Amino acid sequence: MIDPAFYVIQFLNGLASASNLFLIACGLTIIFGVTRIVNFAHGSFYMLGAYFAFTLTATIMPALGDALGFWLAIPVAAVGVGLFAVLMELLLLRRIYRSHELFQLLATFGVVLIVQDLVPAIWGPEELFGPRAPGFTSFVVILGFRFPEYQLVLIAAGPLVLGGLWLLFNRTRWGTLVRAATQDREMVGALGVNQSVLFTGVLFLGGALAGLAGALQMPVEPANPFMDINIIAEAFVVTVIGGMGNVLGAFLAALIIAQLQAFGILVFPEITLVLPFLVMALVLVVRPWGLLGTPEPMTGHGFAGDRPLKPLGRRAQLGLAALVAVLLLLPLGLGDYTEKLVLEVFVFALFAFSLNFIMGAGGMVSFGHAAYFGLGAYGAALAVKHLDFAMEPALLAAPLAAGAGALLFGWFVVRLSGVYLAMLTLAFAQIAWSTAFQWVELTGGDNGMIGIWPSAWASDVTVYYYLSLILCGAAIAFLWRASYAPFGYTLRAGRDSPLRCDAIGINLKRHQWLGFALAGTCAGLAGGVFVFSKGNVDPGALSIPTSVDALVMVLLGGIQTLTGPLLGAAAFHLLEAYILPLTDYWRAIVGLIIVVLVIAFPQGLAGFLRERLAGEESR
Amino acid sequence: MSALLTVSGLDAFYGRAHILFEVALEVGRGEVVALLGRNGAGKSTTLKAIVGLLANTRGSRAFDGEDIARLPSYRIAQAGLGYVPEERRIFTNLTVMENLEVGRQPAREDAPEWTPEKLFELFPNLAEMRDRPGGRMSGGEQQMLTIARTLMGNPRAILLDEPSEGLAPVIVEQMARTILELKKEGMTVLLSEQNLYFAKELSDRAYVIEGGRIRYQGSMAELMADDAVRQAYLTV
Repeated sequence: MIDPAFYVIQFLNGLASASNLFLIACGLTIIFGVTRIVNFAHGSFYMLGAYFAFTLTATIMPALGDALGFWLAIPVAAVGVGLFAVLMELLLLRRIYRSHELFQLLATFGVVLIVQDLVPAIWGPEELFGPRAPGFTSFVVILGFRFPEYQLVLIAAGPLVLGGLWLLFNRTRWGTLVRAATQDREMVGALGVNQSVLFTGVLFLGGALAGLAGALQMPVEPANPFMDINIIAEAFVVTVIGGMGNVLGAFLAALIIAQLQAFGILVFPEITLVLPFLVMALVLVVRPWGLLGTPEPMTGHGFAGDRPLKPLGRRAQLGLAALVAVLLLLPLGLGDYTEKLVLEVFVFALFAFSLNFIMGAGGMVSFGHAAYFGLGAYGAALAVKHLDFAMEPALLAAPLAAGAGALLFGWFVVRLSGVYLAMLTLAFAQIAWSTAFQWVELTGGDNGMIGIWPSAWASDVTVYYYLSLILCGAAIAFLWRASYAPFGYTLRAGRDSPLRCDAIGINLKRHQWLGFALAGTCAGLAGGVFVFSKGNVDPGALSIPTSVDALVMVLLGGIQTLTGPLLGAAAFHLLEAYILPLTDYWRAIVGLIIVVLVIAFPQGLAGFLRERLAGEESR
Repeated sequence: MSALLTVSGLDAFYGRAHILFEVALEVGRGEVVALLGRNGAGKSTTLKAIVGLLANTRGSRAFDGEDIARLPSYRIAQAGLGYVPEERRIFTNLTVMENLEVGRQPAREDAPEWTPEKLFELFPNLAEMRDRPGGRMSGGEQQMLTIARTLMGNPRAILLDEPSEGLAPVIVEQMARTILELKKEGMTVLLSEQNLYFAKELSDRAYVIEGGRIRYQGSMAELMADDAVRQAYLTV
């Protein structure tokens, strides 16, 4: 029998982590409320807060004494992060306020990648242990248990910030303007308020709050280069559960999530990583806009410059035939390494093409398409490892596993739209990732599974090359055909105007669900083909970066085209293969590519070229 | 005397759709001018284009001699050209007082200064619901609040987009009296309306728009005498 007092301690621990979560999520939710941008870089703000605090305490504490130095360093670090956020607003966000939500998400993710490479370059890759908080280094005894004093500081921080924000938003003109802009920023502008200044201020506030969270966390947890990714998904969950744009909602959601985790770990420790995402999925089923959120206006989710798909013209058909011929002959002139590289291009082409199928045609921006790629890869690997399947049935298991996952997740996903939909796809991908990561007995955890090789007849690289070409090519052809079928037209109609679709008697949700499942199935096939080419699989296949890779491929090629994702996949994968070994800054390079693409070519390279060649038949 | 607001050669687009064609109009100081037309004729688009809420426009717009065609909407509002949107666009989560606060701009020498108290004299209903959230007000009250909110910017001229739309007849009358009172105090008004009989009582001159083009201009009296124009462009 556990001492009941222990539950009290666990509850207090839950409150402390709720504070931390709230400090991060409230800035995220304020920024979203006003700018309508889901800021991936918020995790980077948090991480920078910890690093700034580390450097500041190291410099100020010797000069001003421990107590003054420490408690000065914390707010200064927060302000420093606020200024970094302002810089990001001025250089990047300001240019993309009118862009599609996908581009905004991606652009802020580009910042994440850049910061991820910058931080180890400046502070080194090791964990950095900061000083303990002067005055709060000891324990208090609560019901016979020793409880760190500093945890009490953290517990107080959340409600204090909530109170401060309430005063700011309800007692100052600036706060009133922010609340008004959260509802209708254009009208605020038409009443004479300079939105740009307002947005810059909001970014400063949100950034400083995340920086404060990171700085306050320094005495508890060492600054490390993974803080950003570890926290951002949870911060999203809190923001979404609370209702995006709602500060009080974020507070409630942070309490719920933190307490569920504090007690969940006692009951079922394996579930801690998955738990927040499960809660989020359940909340969104009951309340599609979160606990205290308000519905988004129901609009289409097409992309600027969308135009009807035209069937391939004569020249394009010839080009396609030529491409197939080249791909068939390619192994004659290539070594094993390059053959494998091209084979992987087929895999990623299918992965990107399937993503574009739901995104370009369906208007459903998925930030978690890696879930289905990874489910396919794990499906095949598990079939081989645990069921002793040969390659052939395992390659069948891959799309089936992914398709089943996509059917299940998709049922929830298609009930939402826009940013909430993207967040839910992300949550499901994190559920899949956490499961693969935490269920060590089944999946091998972080190490994954190795030794998954093709059957003897297909073990020659050239044979597997042709097998990949056939499988991926067939799946692409299938989705291509579906794009031109009435089914594809229906999806595009739903993308442009869900209301009109409804009015003419189309069950749009069912079409979207099926489209989502088809895309997931095809991504799963790509994952299956991939796993037999690599011989192993690990949770990276299901991770956020893999989802983003697919998005970058689509973006690189151009969303509103069918060939774009294929070109984008080829360009991205070849770039990665040749540049990655040469530099320590691959992520920063990808980040920069994303940022430049989003600002300069919002229609993707293919779209840009097509604009240039306007009038000419091309796609 | 030159006009306070001058628009000429105004073209506007939504995406690739061409909506306004060479719209030209003038509003003199202290004048109330009606922009009349049916649903979809281009009235709202014209007003939105003038106050800088449309991305894609061509043509010149000048306010008190200053070129405002390329200014962002907040600069146009700060210059003293107030805008009251058709859909009201009240901040429903904010109280009446907070809605007014969002509209507040510094006083200017050449326009009357509005305070919440002065506005409550003009709109007595609002005085009784200072702390009520905008979302819990009737349509008429919201319409009053929209006008009051714009007046908080101490404008030299206001563009009113269909203020009588969707309101009960008794509220429409109240609205007309309010606009007449503003006129008496020297406010310059460009009023977009479908309701000819509402506009007739208030306006000095009228423009008639149809299909994105100005089809007729003249004094209100001339328009009322011209059955052919009214038949062609205004009756349903």
